[in-house]
Amino acid sequence: MATAPAKTRRERPGPLDYTRKLWLRAIVLVTFALLYAPIIGLVAFSFNDSRRNIVWRGFTLDYYVSAWNNDSLIEAFANSLTIAIIATGVSTVLGAFVALTLWRFRFPGKAAYEGAMALPIVVPEICMGVAMLVFFARIGWPSGGPWPLNLSAITIAHISFCFPFVAVVVRARMAGFNRELEEASHDLGAGEWQTFRHVILPFMRPGLIAGALLAFTLSLDDFVITFFTSGPDTVTFPVKVYSMVRFSVTPEVNAASTILIVITIVATVLAMRFHNPARRREAAS
Amino acid sequence: MSDAGQADAIVSIDHVSKRFGPVIAVDDVSFEIRRNEFFALLGPSGCGKTTILRMIAGLEVPSAGTICVDGRDMSTIPANRRPINMVFQSYAVFPHMNVYDNVAYGLRVDGTPRAEIGPRVVEAIDTVQMAEFAARRPDQLSGGQRQRVALARALVKRPKVLLLDEPLSALDAKLREAMRLELAQLQRKVGITFIIVTHDQDEALSMADRIAVMDAGRVRQIATPGALYERPASRFVADFIGKVNLLDGKVAGRADGAVRLDIKGLGKIAIPCEGPVPKTVTVALRPEKIAVSKRPPRARTRVVTRGRIFEWAYYGDMSYMYVDTEGGLRLAVNIQNAARTTVDEIDIGDEVWLSFAPADAIVVTE
Amino acid sequence: MDDWKAKKPVFATLFAPGSVWLTAFFLIPLGFVWVMSFGEKSGIIDIVISWTPDNYLRTIETIYLQIIWKSVWISALATGICLLLGFPVAFAISFARDRWKPILLLVVILPFWINLLIRTYALIAVFRTRGHVNFGLEWLWEQADAVLAWAGLAGYRLLGERFEPLTLLYNDFAVIAGLTYVYLPFMVLPLYATLERLDRSFIEASLDLGASQMRTLVSVVAPLAMPGIVSGIILVFIPCLGSFLTPDLLGGTNAQMIGNVIERQFKSANDWPFGAALSFLLMYVTFGALAIRSLLAGRKAGMEV
Repeated sequence: MATAPAKTRRERPGPLDYTRKLWLRAIVLVTFALLYAPIIGLVAFSFNDSRRNIVWRGFTLDYYVSAWNNDSLIEAFANSLTIAIIATGVSTVLGAFVALTLWRFRFPGKAAYEGAMALPIVVPEICMGVAMLVFFARIGWPSGGPWPLNLSAITIAHISFCFPFVAVVVRARMAGFNRELEEASHDLGAGEWQTFRHVILPFMRPGLIAGALLAFTLSLDDFVITFFTSGPDTVTFPVKVYSMVRFSVTPEVNAASTILIVITIVATVLAMRFHNPARRREAAS
Repeated sequence: MSDAGQADAIVSIDHVSKRFGPVIAVDDVSFEIRRNEFFALLGPSGCGKTTILRMIAGLEVPSAGTICVDGRDMSTIPANRRPINMVFQSYAVFPHMNVYDNVAYGLRVDGTPRAEIGPRVVEAIDTVQMAEFAARRPDQLSGGQRQRVALARALVKRPKVLLLDEPLSALDAKLREAMRLELAQLQRKVGITFIIVTHDQDEALSMADRIAVMDAGRVRQIATPGALYERPASRFVADFIGKVNLLDGKVAGRADGAVRLDIKGLGKIAIPCEGPVPKTVTVALRPEKIAVSKRPPRARTRVVTRGRIFEWAYYGDMSYMYVDTEGGLRLAVNIQNAARTTVDEIDIGDEVWLSFAPADAIVVTE
Repeated sequence: MDDWKAKKPVFATLFAPGSVWLTAFFLIPLGFVWVMSFGEKSGIIDIVISWTPDNYLRTIETIYLQIIWKSVWISALATGICLLLGFPVAFAISFARDRWKPILLLVVILPFWINLLIRTYALIAVFRTRGHVNFGLEWLWEQADAVLAWAGLAGYRLLGERFEPLTLLYNDFAVIAGLTYVYLPFMVLPLYATLERLDRSFIEASLDLGASQMRTLVSVVAPLAMPGIVSGIILVFIPCLGSFLTPDLLGGTNAQMIGNVIERQFKSANDWPFGAALSFLLMYVTFGALAIRSLLAGRKAGMEV
């Protein structure tokens, strides 16, 4: 095909050029605006110099300061972080095991296994929260104890609903694995464990990282399940924000929320960076 | 390039161009397609032939120029209101409808009265011999059967022009042969203009009344298959259609109705040619026009040279060979394996005599 | 893929941890709840498993049926609006230029990553009496009033004495709006996935055969996108049905959904067996919807030609 310098005159749209249609663009833009306006409002008003936070009165960072000085908020945040880190670690390992089992083996009842592993994803959160509450109550799980042991109930609940998500992500990653690499490794004399360590694991890694970040976000953000399994002295960040919302709506709530939003976005962007450059590099090679 | 006969034209393409960003897919193309002819757009991939087809259908909008169908300017008429229908390369048979509903679709969206739809659909399905599959769904049909459904679906609307995008490329060799004949017969039976796009010259040569050979967005030559093969207007067309030997020749002078050439490797030859010629030309010589023999040929009007067989390929009915001549040329020659023993008589390294009639060589000026 | 018997020790190592955890910390707890749903309170704290169906019978009492019905139609409405908004958005993104697609998808997904609680809370500031929407409407009212005054019609009080703010919070409207807002990305993604894979030549063929764009949308695009539509509906309807946070924060005492009732049984009303029964009822409905979806997916499996 011949090429020419790009003309400034726009081409007339063809019948399938839907994105050029004005009304469709309008709907999309309006939807995006509606999706983001409340959040932007919330973030903006976290800087509002007004206690009742209804009308904008001026810019201030005071409420970030007071959030920082709010001991129970900080404690809640520390709890959330601890739980998230531990839950992420365990979930990633468990999820990887499940993914490898499903990817690698045929076995009787595999469909049932897959279905069972999908249950925590599919079951409504409130049902799971109730189940964990009932479970820990009935078996008399110790809820006191020093930090971090008192967070154990919440952590266990988080692991239960996080690891199936990790399994899904890792499994999707392993679907692209070329078995011939593994066979070549065996052919060159490596044993099972060595092959796993040097051939399979490196390939799995982007999936593991993406899965881990997903688990981290899910755990950090979780409200419903945590709400049912937490007690007065094991409060997590979202639960704390919830009680702040119910009782006193000051810009401090906005500030705490904004902090959580930023953390979530950073974690998500990181997860995506890990997911994509690996794929892009592979596509290039 | 284009032929006269305005009254006959059903589609006229007038200075049409199409740009995709910086890429010019179709470059100022003008030609006409006549009523009831089987017309082919032929060329390598990326030459713009499919783009032109889609512009005729209305699925792309030309960047410049106009397309007229039966005298009407199509610029303001969208795809769904043109008297043109298309058979897509992937057939695009709707998977969620059965054969009958697929064929009836075009009539239903037009608001054709119910009473009329039935008989017309049945007739169309019969024409493509799919009557017993009318209740089947596309996933229960083979590729060839789906193509027939796509044909019936398009033909039932009685369009003025039927467009076919690479109709045979997805079919296997045997089916392709059969469909080639069927499509040609169908076109004659139904009596409407067919325009096909293909990169396969055998398809174009065997099915079309006229072919437009395209390259890099431009039309290089429009002619009947025979004219394209025996009278290519350019080196590109000579090379693109069929196999050919391309030789360089310097013009030494003109005789009546012929041009005297000094051909590198063959010497001085006078080849019949009309019209002006530049100082250097290309001489195209088709392999089948060259006779091969183990003994020197007797006819004195032929051009003769000797050579040694460098390579040969056996195709069952024909043999193709490359002969290194004493003049330093490597010529492609083919022979029919006319006798069962023919193939035993050839071997690499054999000395052979080649000859051809000057009138069988083509002077190509572009 | 290997047969498990070929490498038993490896299989056992891989199979065990996930299964043990799932059983101990998910299936067994669910089992506890199931058993408890047949129990009853004996005293303030104790619960006796008497295998009574009373709890389930209670769920079909009028008052609870009303709440269940309300949850269903609120969820259905929210799902419907998500579909109406989500389809054009998914459609537009799938036809956008390749460069823009990942960006547009990211824009749609990002709110989903933000905490549910925060997103719901953000809506309060939008919908309350002295919230963004009412402020905006009030501003418009003042402008219109000023225009009328300038036109000499002040005396007629065409727009009323003063601006009356709309009650957008603590009612069904707020819950529906909130649910739609929260779950819209869940609808867009499966729709996009299906529309993206739709062969464009089907649309072209439909147009070529004379159908209008609208007809093409209804007769060709929608049926072929049905798997995505069904996925989207399920992905939105089920969480909506089980949601408790959004109706809790936005609904006030009026808009009660199943989730709220369940929560109350465990937090304030202290009737765990009944709460257990309601939980399982919700799960049965969830599985029912998924089963329907599997059936539809199975029937349509032959459509990908």
